Amino acid sequence: MSGSHQTAHDVVFHVRRYTPERDKAPYIQSFTVPVHPGMTVLEGLHYIKENLDQTLAMRYSCRMGICGSCGMLLNGKPTLACNTQILDIADRELTVGPLPNFDILRDLVPDLMTMFQKHRALMPFVKRDDEEDVNDPAGEYYQSPEELEHYLQFSFCIRCGCCMAACPTLATDANYLGPMPLAQSHRWNQDTRDGARSERSSLAGGSHGAFRCHYAGECSRACPKGVDPARAIQHLKRQLVVDYLHLAKRKKPCEKQHGPGAFPKDPKIPEAPPFTLP
Amino acid sequence: MAEVKRFDNRLGLWGWLGGGRWGIERYAYILHRLTGLGILAYFLMHIVVTSLRAKGIYLWAGEDAILAKPIFKVGEFLVFAAFAYHAFNGLRLVFVEMGFAVGKPIEPIYPYKTSLGVQRPLFIAMMILAAIFFFAGGAEFLGLVK
Amino acid sequence: MNETKYWTWFMAAGVVILVLLGLHMMIMHLGAFTHLFVVDKGVEATAVVNSQSRDANLFFTITYVLLLGTALFHGLYGLRTILFELTLKKSMEKALSVLFIVLGLGLFCLGTWAAFTAHANALKAPAPQAAVSEGR
Repeated sequence: MSGSHQTAHDVVFHVRRYTPERDKAPYIQSFTVPVHPGMTVLEGLHYIKENLDQTLAMRYSCRMGICGSCGMLLNGKPTLACNTQILDIADRELTVGPLPNFDILRDLVPDLMTMFQKHRALMPFVKRDDEEDVNDPAGEYYQSPEELEHYLQFSFCIRCGCCMAACPTLATDANYLGPMPLAQSHRWNQDTRDGARSERSSLAGGSHGAFRCHYAGECSRACPKGVDPARAIQHLKRQLVVDYLHLAKRKKPCEKQHGPGAFPKDPKIPEAPPFTLP
Repeated sequence: MAEVKRFDNRLGLWGWLGGGRWGIERYAYILHRLTGLGILAYFLMHIVVTSLRAKGIYLWAGEDAILAKPIFKVGEFLVFAAFAYHAFNGLRLVFVEMGFAVGKPIEPIYPYKTSLGVQRPLFIAMMILAAIFFFAGGAEFLGLVK
Repeated sequence: MNETKYWTWFMAAGVVILVLLGLHMMIMHLGAFTHLFVVDKGVEATAVVNSQSRDANLFFTITYVLLLGTALFHGLYGLRTILFELTLKKSMEKALSVLFIVLGLGLFCLGTWAAFTAHANALKAPAPQAAVSEGR
């Protein structure tokens, strides 16, 4: 057997538990977990659930940092449990809690619906005026690699909620849209295929929108995917101010489409052979 | 969906103080708010006090004046210090919130470099300027320069 | 969208205040280094004779009023932002907004009246003798 399953030592997990039907407020329950090098917090929680207390509730799925389910507060830092090795952040004691700034449904499970509702309110999809073409497209919308770079970083968001948990404004203002919805609003605004920037700006530039961000930067620190929502929100603010002062350069979504006959054919490319199927 | 009982897990005002995590830009944000509130409180009183000069009343001038007492002088210096910090941090925020100091979007490659690192030199430069103001004001307050 | 409007002017006001209040601080609190706008260098910049000499100067009257207006807007809007982040009821938000507008306008009127009255008084008063106070 390889050395990876050798136990380094025991780590005490102080887990914040809460059962709504039974408890008035969350409480801490401690478990001793044998930890080996390379073991993630999620593996530690699985150990607890399998061997010590089957009633522990938590969200998890992919266990590889891409689904965004296992966002938790680990030693005061909101991050993904599957992505974090226990011995990287703790020596003998580790506190595990649900993400703050969300209601707790049970134990380590936060209610992320408010985040999703705010996200949905900002229309996180390509929205254009030419409905017919969107529903029945004749070809592709052209987007250059340079245009893609304007929003690609922000498209890596996995909606884990860690940024929302870290944000100081969300700690007191329940109506603040939050880093994830605002960063995604910017992602769609910057997408040259999209034409709904002014529609989003009434909410994004409203009284609980981008201007309630004060660049504490905690969201970018917490993000497990390097999305840097703080950067996106500052760029969003710039866009909102530029639009307000009527100085915006790009006002319409991109129009070019690839499709049969859209561009003159390069003579060096031979004709396609005839179809062999009817 | 059936109504599910839940516990309100917002950090409240403790969330303004970091809730367990501490980054320098977050300290900067907290201090910016505190200095702003301090300056505002002083300013509202200052308007009333200085408006009295229209009636020939100068509450601050002369050695016997009420507002020349040491406690008020210290308070004034604190306001000056708050201004030094608030002004230069505010200038940094103007640059940052207009998207100038946060850098362009990049492809995230671990270990991630965030916009916080990009604006850090600006932060340091602004703090140096604030410190210069602060120490100059301190020298005058302490009577080291006449 | 209103918030974008308010915030743009809030930021612009901040920059204006940086310049004007910076000048004010350099005169009042860094006077030992700068000796700006003082008619009697032997006393503090805040002494009556120096204060009156600035009041006589229309540049100061105008810039005081400008600084007063921008600082009241900037300060009260900042306070409003901080308070509104405490998840208040809509009626409370409205009440606070009205309070800040009334307070801001009231103090602006007071300060503007005082600036112009002090200016008029300073012009009527005899010109201060330039230079030195004894023994300082």
